[in-house]
Amino acid sequence: MAELSVLIGGRAGFGIDKASLVIARIFSRLGWRVYVYREYPSLIRGGHTFSIVRSSEEKISAHKNGVDVILALNQDAVDLHKTRLSDKGLMIYDSDSAKAEALPVGAQAVPLPATAIVKEEGAQEIVRNICLVGALCKAFGIDRKVLVDVLKKEFSKDAELNIKVANRGYDGSIKSRDIPSMNGGPLPIFTGNEAVGLGLVKAGLRAYVSYPMTPTSPVLHFLAALAEDFDLKVIHPESEIAAILMALGFAYCGQKAAVGTSGGGFCLMVEGLSFSAMSELPVVIVMGQRPGPSTGLPTFSSQSDLHFILNAGQGEFCRLIVAPGDAEEAYRWSQFAMNISWRYQVPSFILTDKTLGEGSYSFDPSTAAEMKEEWPVTWGRVGGYKRYEDTDNGVSPIAFVPDKDAVIKVNSYEHDEYGISTEDPAMTIKMQDKRLRKGKYLAEDTDNADAVGVYGDKGSKRALLCWGSNKGVCIEAAKTLGFKVVQPVVLSPFPVNRYREAVQGVDRLIAVENNATGQLARLVKYNGFSVDAIVNKYDGRPFTVDELAEKLKKII
Amino acid sequence: MKNLGTYAANTWCPGCGNFSIMNAMKSVLTSLSEEGLPLENAVLVSGIGCHAKIADYINVNSFYSLHGRVFPPAEGIKLANPKLKVIGHAGDGDAYGEGLEHLIFCAKRNIDITAIIHNNRVYGLTTGQCTPTSPLGFIGRSTPFGTKDMPINPLEIMLSSGATFIARGTSHGLEELKKIFKEAVLHKGFSIVDVLQVCVTYYNLYGYYDKRVYELKGHDVSDRTAAYNKIREWDYNSDSPIPLGVFYKKDSPVIEDSYLERGVKYVDREARLKEVIDGAV
Repeated sequence: MAELSVLIGGRAGFGIDKASLVIARIFSRLGWRVYVYREYPSLIRGGHTFSIVRSSEEKISAHKNGVDVILALNQDAVDLHKTRLSDKGLMIYDSDSAKAEALPVGAQAVPLPATAIVKEEGAQEIVRNICLVGALCKAFGIDRKVLVDVLKKEFSKDAELNIKVANRGYDGSIKSRDIPSMNGGPLPIFTGNEAVGLGLVKAGLRAYVSYPMTPTSPVLHFLAALAEDFDLKVIHPESEIAAILMALGFAYCGQKAAVGTSGGGFCLMVEGLSFSAMSELPVVIVMGQRPGPSTGLPTFSSQSDLHFILNAGQGEFCRLIVAPGDAEEAYRWSQFAMNISWRYQVPSFILTDKTLGEGSYSFDPSTAAEMKEEWPVTWGRVGGYKRYEDTDNGVSPIAFVPDKDAVIKVNSYEHDEYGISTEDPAMTIKMQDKRLRKGKYLAEDTDNADAVGVYGDKGSKRALLCWGSNKGVCIEAAKTLGFKVVQPVVLSPFPVNRYREAVQGVDRLIAVENNATGQLARLVKYNGFSVDAIVNKYDGRPFTVDELAEKLKKII
Repeated sequence: MKNLGTYAANTWCPGCGNFSIMNAMKSVLTSLSEEGLPLENAVLVSGIGCHAKIADYINVNSFYSLHGRVFPPAEGIKLANPKLKVIGHAGDGDAYGEGLEHLIFCAKRNIDITAIIHNNRVYGLTTGQCTPTSPLGFIGRSTPFGTKDMPINPLEIMLSSGATFIARGTSHGLEELKKIFKEAVLHKGFSIVDVLQVCVTYYNLYGYYDKRVYELKGHDVSDRTAAYNKIREWDYNSDSPIPLGVFYKKDSPVIEDSYLERGVKYVDREARLKEVIDGAV
């Protein structure tokens, strides 16, 4: 598999993020499939931040430790990453602000006076990033036209200046080799967060209510920018408590709503979650995980909130939890989450993490399934309206405010079929059973969906068990070891039958998780299955392909 | 008058101030309906506490929310459909304690909903504890030696936060309540009515209020300074005269209009979605 990795590093505020997207788009134009890993500290200016743009001839959703090129905007970027350089790797650096000494054997230094160049061109210092991107293109024999096209698209204003600086970088660089174009056409590039937003819109989103919190703030920003395009009400309220309660207000009027947050913000939403279950007002919660407890590592990644999400909320009720593994899955399962919420009038979770949410992926619309927007059964307009009519599957026919024939009463107290509060013992049991009955049908539906992904050597007796953003890294590591990969996407209700089929014939199952205790392993054990070993990583960084393969080799 | 009652058994104590608020609200809804408001366009949102049972007792759309969370869903409902008349009933624990932040933001946004605060200055349903408006030294079950902190003046907070209709009533003045409620509901913008609602069981202030309340007369409701002074005349602690009526009223843009005015750029959502996806190459 042909592949190339480019790292660009410097301080926050150096335009690393933008430059990495430009590089990804350039490779994408050449038909490569891309994945961008971003690492940055929780500050606005300074610190060390870097991105790795990995391109491949096949779909990928993980990065490696090793890189072919480093674009260094300061000395830290040289010093912290030079050991990643492969044989014949290139260190392209701003020679006005860094030195490239003691590079690994075989690596080549490509100095470029980027600071002087931007000054001469009258550009701002930040444009140094594009200067190095220009140099990269020359090094890989990429046609200048591709570079210019991408810059024109990415910089609606200041495109000319960026192109000038990029050309200076191009001219000042060396040609190392000619990289081929791939057969596939260019694909759109989306972050996991953006794919979630698009999936929600596809499924009929009308309102998105969110208090900013890493790593899901980009969903808020993305949808706010598109609010007029899709007639969305995008609201940043006073708190996460308000966010989820507002969303329930929208649902009461028949408008599909979602909220987005991370663990700390979700703590505040828990009362609203339980209320959603009791009132049977649908809501979709985008829950992006980061390391905890508490504030933890705000801009890093983790898979440590699964059991919190599985169990959050007082009382007993059913919920849907989906954990997509890449951008296409984020799009597809966000639609599913919205549809299920409205089919069953229950809360749904899209459980992501920083790796998925803020990573950029080539997005193949042909593999990202499209679903039809769903609505619950509406009431028959006979007799008085019962908001909580007890039915065979527990789902009450719905009416939305305003309805001239219906008085619609929703209630956080236990209530009767009309929504009037009750403490009657028989009614309490009836309504609790009604709500739980929905969970039974919901479980049948999710067990029928492609709730468990199976990849790799499907006949292998050895398998990796993973969830969420670890999908891509596990598929690649499994390939080198001849393993199968089992990835439950639906985590609640747990798709027991699908999972049983997926692990059929496996005699050694290794869970791979970004947490300290093996949360998915615990969940499958709870459902009566065994796990033979757990490979954890909980330093806030996702596994790289090479790192995971090494760790696995040690235990098999 | 249309019967706006339900089959729910009323469990308020005899003499509870909530009866006047409920009767006044029923009367306002009836009168608005006679004047052309389709009743299905009315939504009552309540919190948790004795006041909140009003959701069970009035036969219109209702959203029986959580303690302190009357206003976020009320705002969601209004933003979803600005044609609706959204009326939030909240207790003082609800609105001024657990949910004060939401109340401030409603005022800040000047969203066109109405807040009726059943302010009995005591927690009733949890059997007699102090609230943010209990006077200094209030002896309750959580403060057997008396509270050590001063009450807040919620209407002063509301004026500072941008509320555009601020009034006070008492549960002893049904006719006055009807008048104020109706004006509040018809006001375009965030309206709040602090009702000195008496809890006969845990804090019976009927006699206390009777001696001190008076109707505002000749007060200019558009004069913010005059409103400020009148709002500060009684600080919920001293034994000064207690003015009743409308303190402040102002026309100001409401948040929901900003969404209506925005318009829709693309009618075909699916086609636009495809453009957004295809455009990201």
